[in-house]
Amino acid sequence: MRKEFESITIARNGLTLALSKLVLLTFYFIGFLVLLIKELKPKGKVLTAFNVITLPIILLGTYLIITHMFYGLSHGSNVSQDFPWGIFIGFNVMVGVPFAGGAYVLAFVVYILNAEKYHPILRATILNGFLAYVFYASAIFLDLGRKWNILNPIIGNEFGVNSVLFLVAWHFLLYMIAQFIEFSPAIAEWLELKRLRKILSSMTLGACVFGIALSTLHQSGLGALFMMAKNKLHPLWYTEFIPVLFFVSSIFAGLSCVIVEGTISKKVFRHRMSEEYLKNYDDIVIGLARGCAITLFVYFFLKVLIFIHGKSWVYISSPMGIWYLVEVLGFVLIPCLMFYYGQRDRRINLIRVAALVTMLGVIINRINYSMIAYKWYLPLSEKYIPTWQEIVITLTIVFTQLWIFRWVVNRMPVYGEVPEWAKEKELEEEEYQAELGFTMANGGQRYRDY
Amino acid sequence: MKRREFLKVALSGLGLFASSAICSKTVFSSEIKAKTKEFFGVLVDTTRCIGCRTCEASCAESHSLPIPNIEDKSVFTKIRKPDEKTLTVVNRFLTEKGEIYVKIQCMHCNQPGCVAACLVKAMKKRKEGPVTWDENCMGCRYCMVSCPFDIPKFEYDEAFGRIMKCDMCYGRISSGKVPACVEVCPKEALTFGTRRDILNEAKKRIYQTPGLYVPYIYGENEVGGTAFLYISSYPFEKLNFQMDLGYTPYPEYTTGFLYSVPVILILWPAFLTGIHYLTKERKKEIER
Ligand code: SF4
Ligand code: SF4
Repeated sequence: MRKEFESITIARNGLTLALSKLVLLTFYFIGFLVLLIKELKPKGKVLTAFNVITLPIILLGTYLIITHMFYGLSHGSNVSQDFPWGIFIGFNVMVGVPFAGGAYVLAFVVYILNAEKYHPILRATILNGFLAYVFYASAIFLDLGRKWNILNPIIGNEFGVNSVLFLVAWHFLLYMIAQFIEFSPAIAEWLELKRLRKILSSMTLGACVFGIALSTLHQSGLGALFMMAKNKLHPLWYTEFIPVLFFVSSIFAGLSCVIVEGTISKKVFRHRMSEEYLKNYDDIVIGLARGCAITLFVYFFLKVLIFIHGKSWVYISSPMGIWYLVEVLGFVLIPCLMFYYGQRDRRINLIRVAALVTMLGVIINRINYSMIAYKWYLPLSEKYIPTWQEIVITLTIVFTQLWIFRWVVNRMPVYGEVPEWAKEKELEEEEYQAELGFTMANGGQRYRDY
Repeated sequence: MKRREFLKVALSGLGLFASSAICSKTVFSSEIKAKTKEFFGVLVDTTRCIGCRTCEASCAESHSLPIPNIEDKSVFTKIRKPDEKTLTVVNRFLTEKGEIYVKIQCMHCNQPGCVAACLVKAMKKRKEGPVTWDENCMGCRYCMVSCPFDIPKFEYDEAFGRIMKCDMCYGRISSGKVPACVEVCPKEALTFGTRRDILNEAKKRIYQTPGLYVPYIYGENEVGGTAFLYISSYPFEKLNFQMDLGYTPYPEYTTGFLYSVPVILILWPAFLTGIHYLTKERKKEIER
């Protein structure tokens, strides 16, 4: 088929050329649709435990989401005048975004530091990050009181440029685009669009560089959101360094998430993984654990400095103080040590447990900021506790994301099975570059070829 | 390194970068800084307030909200806060100096946290002094998180909810009238005027009636100054006023972060691209 199209495109006449391109595009598009419909059928067994548990929840959740959209925010939700941000922002966004942080950390390691070792896990991580952002953006959408205005900060129905949230919103959007570009070569490989893949992968590095800058800012921006809640946050949690703390913790949160996700994927998607991936897997995990141990220690160190600097001894014997100690010692220092010993003695299982503990710690930390240490002075009866509907909707968002993740992994070369033609292209390109030398003039040559 | 490669990186990033520059460029603008032009405010003299709650009723009336039954004295048994249906409330405090009533509502800060929080500028500090809300709000409720006085409230029960808070009767002020509550107060506990005038008035009352007032004007410096000012015969902290807010305008807590944005957006990409090519060269050398 492709051959025929190509013979059409040789046509000299400008108009015919344009027309034929249009026809070509339409054909591609129709082909894509047909493929998509064909591919929507599930691969593998249908009656798995995962499906049986998640499907009913997703269906119920979808129903709840629809009713939630029509009857105002208070419908089946406990957000209140005292707690304007409930589980959708306080959990889905506050926790989901740092968990998706693995994508920018690994992009940094692979593309910037050129540490090839981690290349095999990069695609899965970026895919995860991208999906996470798409779904947490939808969580924000659900939580907006005036949903039809969501485009205002983007289309410029007034730019609140002095707002941290404005910045976060924009960076979310841009980062989603950047991540999509980073992942897109995999889509092109799946659809066998060789030419497109070449173009897309030439954009990867740029997307990564800006993706990292954007991540730095919105990861810390999430923390900066609480800077004006000064008198509402418990003094043990309020510090001018919240943005830095959020940034550093997004590194180990993301890496831990990659470790846990890899452990599960290795069971579920083993058939999709390349030899190379499976062979290097342990080494990769140990390297990640090292990263976690270091960043957790930096975080712990920062926490101690801030604690001493803030003269916070007075609060430590109160219930909130003890809760603070649980968070800092139990969920930062202990996993830090576990990671350290895990990577030193190559104990993969210890590393896995440490990753789970770290993730739990990050959840606790973010929930502290949005719910527990936030308005800590209110009695329990006035505090925010999510309703079952809110929890079901949250689960629906997470499960749908997993379903899509599975769908993509089962089709696209996510875990290393890059098709031969793409590999060859890469090699070719490397050699070609070496020949080309440093001059721009020669560089132009390359593009005339295709 | 190939210049062409570098160009590609630069170009594909440029799109993203240009759009982020929108966010960063204007960060340095001083819009949130107080306007130099004089603006209005209201002086609340708690020694004159008798707790009749006519201000509550007239406020509700002029904002088309359910009108409270002001004969009902049972509301005083607990401390109330303004909410989405009552934009101002009067609280009673039993002290050794007798009953003291305190009217509360939005303080109309000189540099409001809610305005700095809003990502679509639905919250605006008007040049006349009031802080108002507009329909382009998207209901994110970040203003509720960021207000030091915990004032903005959201209509959760509506599918088309609004942020509700006192707007100092912006419509009335701009047509030359005084706010509804000020107009109906039978005891002149509320005084409307330019902030400079009412500040002077407050000082005058404190100095000319020795022993009546505590020597403090609440709102003069709190969070950088507010358009509502309070004077009282009883220590403010015992009347449920927040005394720990400090004198720093709330928006300033985020400026440090916002200032770092353009710096990071410019330096990071350059820095990262640099490292990328350095490590790439080194990798090549090792391979050779
Ligand atoms: S009191 Fe709150 S709502 Fe009123 S202007 Fe100040 S920050 Fe805004
Ligand atoms: S809820 Fe509306 S007014 Fe408040 S910050 Fe969000 S967009 Fe602005």
